[in-house]
Formats: sequence, C-alpha cells, structure tokens
Amino acid sequence: MSSHAHTGGSTVHAPMAEPSGFIQKYIFSVDHKVIGIQYFLLALTAVVIGIVLSLLMRFHLVWPNATLPFVSGGQMSQEQYLALVTMHGTIMVFFVLTTAPQGGFGNYFLPIQIGAPDMAFPRLNMLSFWVTFLAFVCIIAAFVVPGGAPISGWTGYTPLSGLGEITGPGEGWGQTLWIVSISLFCLASLLGALNFIATTIDLRAPGMSLMRMPLTVWGWFVTAILGLLAFGVLLAGGILLLLDRSAGTSFFIPAGLVVNDQLQAHSGGSPLLWQHLFWFFGHPEVYIAILPGMGVASHVLSTFARKPVYGYRAMAYAICAIGFLGFMVWGHHMFVSGMSPYSGFAFSVLTMSIGVPSAIKTFNWLGTLWGGKIQFKTPMLFALGFVSLFVSGGLSGLFLAQPAVDNMLHATYYVVAHFHLVMGVAAIFGIFAATYFWFPKMFGRMMNEPLGKIHFWFTFVGAYCIFMPMHFIGIAGGIRRYADASAVAFLARLQPVHQFMTIAAFITGAAQLFFLFNFFYSLKFGPKASKNPWNATTLEWDTDSPPPIDNFGGHYPSVYRGPYEFSVPGAVDDFIPQWQEPAQVARVK
Amino acid sequence: MPSQIVTEEIELIHSGKGPGGGDSSGDGGDGGDGDGGGGDSAGATRVPQRAYITGMFIALAGILMFFMAFVSAYIVRKDMPNSAWIPLQVPRILWLNTLVLIASSLTLARAHNRFTAKDEEGFRHWWATTTFLGILFVAGQIIAWRQLAAQGIFLASNPSSSFFYVFTGAHGLHLLGGILALLYVQFRATRKVARGTAIEVVSMYWHFMDGLWVFLFLLLYLGR
Amino acid sequence: MRIRKRNSGSAATPALLSLIIVVMVAITVYVFASNFPWAVRPAPITSVGAEIDHQYDLTLAVTATVFILSQLGLAFAVFKFRDHGQKAHFTRGSNTLEAIWTTATIVLFLGLGLMGHKAWAEVRFAPPAPDAIQVEVTGNQFVFNFRYPGPDGKFGRLDPKQISASTGNPLGIDANDPTGKDDIVVPTLTVPVNHEINLLIRSQDVIHNFYVRELRIQQDAMPGMVIPLHFTANTIGQFEVVCTQLCGLGHSRMHSYLNVVSDADYDAFLKQQAAGQ
Repeated sequence: MSSHAHTGGSTVHAPMAEPSGFIQKYIFSVDHKVIGIQYFLLALTAVVIGIVLSLLMRFHLVWPNATLPFVSGGQMSQEQYLALVTMHGTIMVFFVLTTAPQGGFGNYFLPIQIGAPDMAFPRLNMLSFWVTFLAFVCIIAAFVVPGGAPISGWTGYTPLSGLGEITGPGEGWGQTLWIVSISLFCLASLLGALNFIATTIDLRAPGMSLMRMPLTVWGWFVTAILGLLAFGVLLAGGILLLLDRSAGTSFFIPAGLVVNDQLQAHSGGSPLLWQHLFWFFGHPEVYIAILPGMGVASHVLSTFARKPVYGYRAMAYAICAIGFLGFMVWGHHMFVSGMSPYSGFAFSVLTMSIGVPSAIKTFNWLGTLWGGKIQFKTPMLFALGFVSLFVSGGLSGLFLAQPAVDNMLHATYYVVAHFHLVMGVAAIFGIFAATYFWFPKMFGRMMNEPLGKIHFWFTFVGAYCIFMPMHFIGIAGGIRRYADASAVAFLARLQPVHQFMTIAAFITGAAQLFFLFNFFYSLKFGPKASKNPWNATTLEWDTDSPPPIDNFGGHYPSVYRGPYEFSVPGAVDDFIPQWQEPAQVARVK
Repeated sequence: MPSQIVTEEIELIHSGKGPGGGDSSGDGGDGGDGDGGGGDSAGATRVPQRAYITGMFIALAGILMFFMAFVSAYIVRKDMPNSAWIPLQVPRILWLNTLVLIASSLTLARAHNRFTAKDEEGFRHWWATTTFLGILFVAGQIIAWRQLAAQGIFLASNPSSSFFYVFTGAHGLHLLGGILALLYVQFRATRKVARGTAIEVVSMYWHFMDGLWVFLFLLLYLGR
Repeated sequence: MRIRKRNSGSAATPALLSLIIVVMVAITVYVFASNFPWAVRPAPITSVGAEIDHQYDLTLAVTATVFILSQLGLAFAVFKFRDHGQKAHFTRGSNTLEAIWTTATIVLFLGLGLMGHKAWAEVRFAPPAPDAIQVEVTGNQFVFNFRYPGPDGKFGRLDPKQISASTGNPLGIDANDPTGKDDIVVPTLTVPVNHEINLLIRSQDVIHNFYVRELRIQQDAMPGMVIPLHFTANTIGQFEVVCTQLCGLGHSRMHSYLNVVSDADYDAFLKQQAAGQ
C-alpha cells in the first residue's frame, strides 16, 4: 500500500477524451474552461441589462415626466421605477457579482492554478452552470409576466413580498418568479461551492501546499466556503416565503394586517425572521462578491510591480478572517428594524472588527507597490483602481457600522453610495482586471492596450463622479428607493446633484462600449498571445494560450516555490515561476 | 483492497497531510491504490477517490445549514409572543419511523462490514435491507401526514403544523435521494467512482440523514 | 529563459493616475469642509441628535485621516515606483509592521465603535420618562396616522376588522371600547417643545419607517410589533416626516410633518381636537 497521498496531478496519465461535436464542445461541456466562459458570457449579458436598468433609473430621477417610447402609458410610473430598482439589484448582485468572479474566472483558473486537469466533479460543474442559466431565464421572465417585475427590492422584505398582488403591481407572478429564480441560483451555487472546495482540498499538484497557493485561489476557496454555508439559508427562506405566498402559511406574515381594506388571513408570523434569514445569507454574499476581486488585485499588483505580495501569509489569513467574520455581522442591516438593541450593539462591534482585516489588506497592497517597478498595463490600472475604490467604499462602512450614526444614515443614499463603491465599482474593477489579465490565456490573443487604457480612465473617473456625490446627498437626507422627490420639500435641493450623477452615469455607461468592442474585436483580431505575455509566475502561464483540453497538454506541473517570486535577489530574471525546477533557475554568478 | 485504500485516504485527510513533497519533482505514479483514482476505464479519472469523500462532507455541511435555517426559524417562531402557536401532537407512528430509520443505519453499518470482509452476498443482503427500511420510513412518514390530514391538520393550519410539514417534507425529500443512491449502488456498476468509495459516501449521507432525523424528531417532540 | 529588455514606459500614465487620485481626494475634502446645501445635514433638534452628530464627526475625522493617507499614499507609490529602469526591492513583508498596523487598526476601529455606544444607549436602552407623552404612530400604504390617547390618557383597543378610512376610522379603533372614544387621530404629529415624547410605532400592512432628519433617529414600523421610540425636541418648528423603508408604489409619496410647538399651542391643539370630536 502506498504510504503517501496523491492528488489529481499525476505525471502519468492517459490522454483526456476530447469531446466531439458542437453541442458537447460548447453547449453541454464538462470542461471547466468552457463552463467558465459560459458563466462569464452570462454575467456579461446580465451586466449589460443591469446597466441599462440603472441608466433608466437615473434618467427617471432627473426627468420623471419625460415620455419614454417603450413604456406603456408614456411616463414611467412609480411601480415601474421600483421594478427597475428591484431587478437592477437582483441581476447585478446575483448574476454579475456572484457569477463572473467565481463562476467565471474561478471555474476557469482555479484548477489550472493548482495544477489540476479539471474540477473534481466536472458534470456537477456543468449542472451548476445550466441551473444558473435557468435561474437567469426566470428572473428575466419576471419582466414579461402579468403585473411585471416585483417592486420589493433585491432584499424582498415581507410582508410586501409575501402577500401577493395586493401589496402592489409585480407582487404576483413577478415576485414568485423572483423567488424561484433566486432559489435555483442558490442550488446552483451550492453545487458550485462543493466543487470548488473539493477541488482545492484534493486536487492540488505536488508541491502546491496551501501556503503556496496564489491569492486568487485563496479568494475563490474562501468564497466557496461562504457560499456553501450561506446559500442554503437563503434557499430555506425562499421556500418558506413561497409557502407563505401560495400555501397559506404564515412564517413571515403577522396577524391582523389590512391591505387595501382587506383583512389578511395570516396568523402571527414575523417579518423580522425573513430579514434575519435573508441577511444571514446577504452579508456573506457581499463578501462573496468582493473576495475574488481582492485575490485578483493582490495577484495583479504583485505581477505588475514585480514584487512579491507584501505579507502573503497575512493576506491569506485576512481573507479567512473576512470570510469568518462575514457570518457574524448580518444584523448591521437591521439596526432600526425593531431587532433587540443589545443585538445591535453586538453586531456593531463585530462589524467594526471586520474593518481590521480589510485594512490589513489595504496596507499590504500599498506595501506590495512600495519599492516596486510598476508597469502600467491595463490589468494593473484596474487593480490600482480597485485599491482606491475599496478604500473609499470601505471607509463609509465605518459610519454605517455604528448604530447611532446609522440612525441618521439608514436607507439614505449614503448606504447606496457605500455599497456601490465596494460592490458596484471595486468588485467590477476586480472583474475587469481579471479580464484584461487573463484574456490572453483564455483566448490566445492580446486585448488592445490603448483601448483598455481609455476604458479605464473613463470608468475610474466616471465611477467616482457617480458615487462620491451620492454620499453627500445621503448625508443631506436623500432617501433611497424613492421614485421621485416631488412629495418631500427638502429633497428638491438635491436635484442638481442627481443631474450631475446621471450625466456621469450615462457617460460612464457609454464608455463600457470601449470594453465591449475591445473584447469582441480582440477575440478575432487581437495579436496572438504567447504562453506568458506578462512574465507571471503562476501555473496557468506554463501552458498554451488557450490551454489544451486537459490544461497542461499531458505534462503536469509540480510546484517548487511560492506564487509571487518576483525580483528575487540573485536570480537573473525578475521572476521565478512556480513550476521551474530549482536547478533550472538562472542565477547571477 | 478497495476499502482499505479508502480508509487510508480518509486517514490522510484527517491527518491533514498535504500533497506530495515540496521538492520532489512530481510524485511519480498514480495514487496509493492500483486503480489510480479507481476508474475502470483507462484515464477516465484523475480525480482521487478521496475527493468524493471530501465532496460528501462538504455537501453535508451545506445541507446542514439549510436545515439549520428551518430549525432557527422554528425556535424563534415558537417563542414569539402572540404567535398563535398551538402545540402539535406528534403522530405516534413517528416513534416507529424513527426506530426504523435507526435500524436502517445499523443494517447499513452491517453491510459496510460485510463489504470490507469481501462478503458480496452478505453485503448485498444488508444493503438491500437498508433500502427496504428506508422505503418503510418514507411510507411511515406519509402515513403520519395522512393521519394529520384526517384530523384536519394541514400545512397552513397552524405555525406548528407548518413547521412539522416543512421539516418532515424537506427531510423526506433528502431521504428519497438517499434511497435512490442506495438503489443505484445496488444495481448499477459505477464508472468514475470506485465501488468502495460509492459505498462510503452513500453511507455517510445515510447516517447523516438518520442523525438529522433524530434531531428533528426530538425537536418536534420536545417542543410540542 | 532570458528576460526581454523592457521598455520602462512613459511617466504619463502614472502621473495621470496619481493626479486623478489627488484631485479626487481634494474635491472630496473640499465638499466635506464646505457647507453646500446638498451636502449637509440640517441642525439637530434633540440633544441626542447632537451627540449622534458628534460621533459622526469623530468618525469622519478618523476616516478622513485614513482616507487621505491611504489614497495619497497610493498616488505617491504609483508615481514614485513607476518603472523607470530600476530594480524592484525584494521583500516578503514585515511581521513587525503587520503587528503594528493591525493593533493600531483594532484600537482605532473598536475604540470608535465603543465611543458611539452612549448615543445608541440613550435612544434605545434607556426607557422613556414616566411622564412622557405617548403618541402612537401607524404607517400604512401610504400615509402616517398619529393617535393621541385623549383626556382619559388611555388608548382605545384596535380592531383590524373595524378599519375604515372612508368612515373616519383609519386605525380601526374598537367602537365597543369606551377608552377609545376620546382618542385623537391626526395625519401630522404635533408635540410640545422640551417635553419627552414616546412614540409607539406600528404598521397596518407592510414595513414602513418613521424618520425625521432633524431628530436624527428613525425606526421601522414593523407589522405585528409596536416599537417604542422616545425623543425630546428642543426647537420649535415644522419638520418633515418621511418613510424610509420601501413599502410599495407610493413609497416616495408617504410623507407627513412633525410640528414642534410651544406648550400653549400644544394645549390649544389638544383642546381643538377634543372639541372637534
């Protein structure tokens, strides 16, 4: 009996069977690379839709009485605005921020970066994607069913979401489809998380210890653990909500409610219970959205500064700490909900604590740059932008984490500014950095550098123009999810700022066309990429661009050192890849 | 010996051993067992069998969180003031069902033991018995549901009955999945997954569902 | 493997990035430091509001420092360490530095959080004074109704089945309960200055929220619960009440007023309401 364990990456192997036919190759593929691209394209479709929805919202806030050609009745109604709010949030959080970084890049690069031929369970992987796709179809369908899309926000608070059509348009079929879509998404994510975790634990190549894993892998790994433990709770909540809506139960609906003069026949449920279940999931969810981006930021910053990640161990532990603490802070969304104020205090302390590992990461990013030899390629620009935006967005969290201050800022645009800066921009910058960085490897071609830079400048400046002013109108009392400001006098003076933000939003939205054009043009016409155009160190750069079906063309790498050996004193080259045997490293005589 | 290999791989997981040595250039050869991952067809898998064990642990963690969400909702709801909670008399057949399920875990352990001892006949016999007891359990649950319905107690009748149906329904569905898995192992040869591994992971799932049921049952019974 | 002789690249990109970051910081600081009407909160009308403002200002001071230092640090590093032919300085990090900045951050953040505890406790932990004026606030799609107990000092029982806005009983005060006969139900909230008010916040249908910016406190109106919230307004005037919790298509129209009046005016208000019944 052999005495040592062996993980997937064997150096002896039989050639992996190539799929044949278009369907097997590109539609129902079990290849993690194809599935990763499928997730990415799904997220790309979703983000375009999500941006269009947000531009419609911003347009309405500034020109509420404008006649819109595609809106029945000419002018956008209150409920149509709220449907936009709900669908924008839902589509962006689930189908962009949870899909692209983890399902897209994680699927593609986790196995390769640990030296594995595929995920542990390829067919399960394929199932995960198609269930996600089905979930996406369901959510889009909510637009076209009778009543339209739901109006209860991406948070779906009950009783607004639990009583059916009577609480408002879209609360019939639309809300039901929303719940079904989210539930399917939960299932798919649970299966995906299972795959990621098993793969990371069991399929690492020889020499790839945990502390030699790239920080991108740490990001995907901890994110998967968060997903595993959080999505089941949302699924449970979703099932209970469906039962309340259609089976007459009262998990979340208290007795004695009168809507539209009709007494509701429910008995003694608790709307707070929904909030607890939702946010127990919802808070880890936002860390699911950002952790992969943090991993990418570390990875790209190190590569283009030609320096190891400063404090690699601390960075890995910080990712774990953020993940762990992320499960203990959900109540900070509920300070004014009627939850016990003692709980509020506890959640507040824990939330302030989570700022600590986040700060550590920021210091270490700066440390990575310090004394570096920084090359300003597009991936690096987006990684640098990530750091700036994460600092801006993260700091406003310190205000919201304190219940006393939250009393003033809850449900204002301050909150909207905070989460957009961290999720809607920083995490997106993580996705952009990843795209520009890995495009050559995924598609065998280089993206256009000048176009990439233009995209970056517009987006970086534009994002700050949209979301920095938003803090101020929040402080001044601008309430979120308001379709218009006409009924409340003090909101009138905020209009000029809304106009500024709307114009910035349209310009920034338009600037994304540079990216779309660059992406699709380069797929076909970009200059061919070499194996390692960035002179990077991790395993994905040891194989062809794009990689063959089994990732390494029969030759599986072993790992001899950590992932960020840049500018090592005594080495001729300014990088030593993980896969290079020690004897082969050219040393200065 | 397949089961010994599986045991060894499990031990290695528990001892936290990482993959092959840091400076050896590639751990030559395939994993500890001759089938290098257990597949019958050549090169069908580079996935070590222990990945399936890991996968099952992970799946059970996710499933546990799902049920814990229901359990925490139950606990919160039960103790709410003005909640109109009418304690539910748990149908007595649930006691029998619980015994049946516990028995099925015992027969499953026996089947595993027979498999390790290379007693194919014995294994198949006890494995089938487990499946039968599982089906008996589900039938018993359905009878319990019908008993409640006969008393006019349905899903929406009262919060306590809502939770009863949700707990038993969710658990029952998961158990049905387990029964399908038991049947699959009984009747179909597995390709990617070694038989020993399949037996291992299905057993893990089954024992977990048993333990979960005992917990839910006690919760329902003591909380009535 | 030979390294390709790398072009050190122009300084334009790092210069521009640093500049953008510096300008962003400058504008942000400028706006915070100025008093643009669209960027400032109104003056508080409660003492706890002033404490909340103080905690906010403290937080702003801390975060502003971190913000300025880290953004400018980033801008500096971006420019100074651009590739102009130098070698990068190899280091894996410093455990000492990690320990220092971790400790500093813990002390700073937790200290900040603990300091804000007092303001929170005053609003939420401390009970209302025994002589606080009780006013019930009911939210429903999409109006606020305020109920005073009337001369008998008792609120009448509410019966959802008797809710009828059309016959002037939007809250469903039970006709069979004599204590409800003198209850005053009005669409705006009138309170005397410098007197503690205890709001009993509830909802008839979905979750709403009662928020007055100048009070600096808000509370969700949670169906199935009655949630107390007490305050003492110290300034006479009219202030806007808004609903901040998404409650349906009329959410942005759900709006009322808080009238803080003198004692005399408050008595007059009560008398007038009692007479009108």
